[in-house]
Amino acid sequence: MILSIKYFGLLAEITNKEEELIDFSRSYIWELLEVLYIKYPNLKNKDFQVAQNQELVPFETEINGKEIVLLPPFSGG
Amino acid sequence: MSDKKIKSVFIQGAISSEFIGKSIAKHQTKTSIGAHNIFLGQVRADVVDGKAIKAIEYSAYEDMANAKFYEIRESAFEKFELICMHIYHSLGTVNAGDICLFVFVSSPHRKTVFDALEFIVEEIKAKVPVFGKEIFEDNSHQWKVNN
Repeated sequence: MILSIKYFGLLAEITNKEEELIDFSRSYIWELLEVLYIKYPNLKNKDFQVAQNQELVPFETEINGKEIVLLPPFSGG
Repeated sequence: MSDKKIKSVFIQGAISSEFIGKSIAKHQTKTSIGAHNIFLGQVRADVVDGKAIKAIEYSAYEDMANAKFYEIRESAFEKFELICMHIYHSLGTVNAGDICLFVFVSSPHRKTVFDALEFIVEEIKAKVPVFGKEIFEDNSHQWKVNN
């Protein structure tokens, strides 16, 4: 399946992009992260959360959306 | 009387004192209100390694942020006896000294607005995916971290 991956803040700086499409054949968020860590080794030691369907989800979650979003620590206000 | 319709929370750039003043004035017709409480977040010119922050550039995962603002709003109306509630947050560049967050709650009584405002501001800080890029005088930057 083709997933749209979005990056925000510091993470967009590390990947040098805000969004990309990845053809992904496995099932879980953590498996997707393994792919991203190979592509962007500097992501690995960063503090971030993952959102699917606009909700934060644990890395053990099965992917069921088309958009996966990597979010650094929130710093609003 | 509850003012519950979904509105846009994000404002491009700083939130002006005129905007805040007009917002207060608009409530003069709602005479069941006995107490307002307002939180204004202001960009602080912190000094890090001898360099002062001149501005914060805000970005957000807007779809999720709007959903979270809506949830916070709903739970605030559920928890507290509020008549009105407004949240505005800046996107883009806000200079040091300017306002980047405006939360405004109104109720018949004072105790309610003290508790409600603290709840809402803490929820925003914890749950809304907004990111602040702190720009220094020499245009270098660091990413803001909330405490």
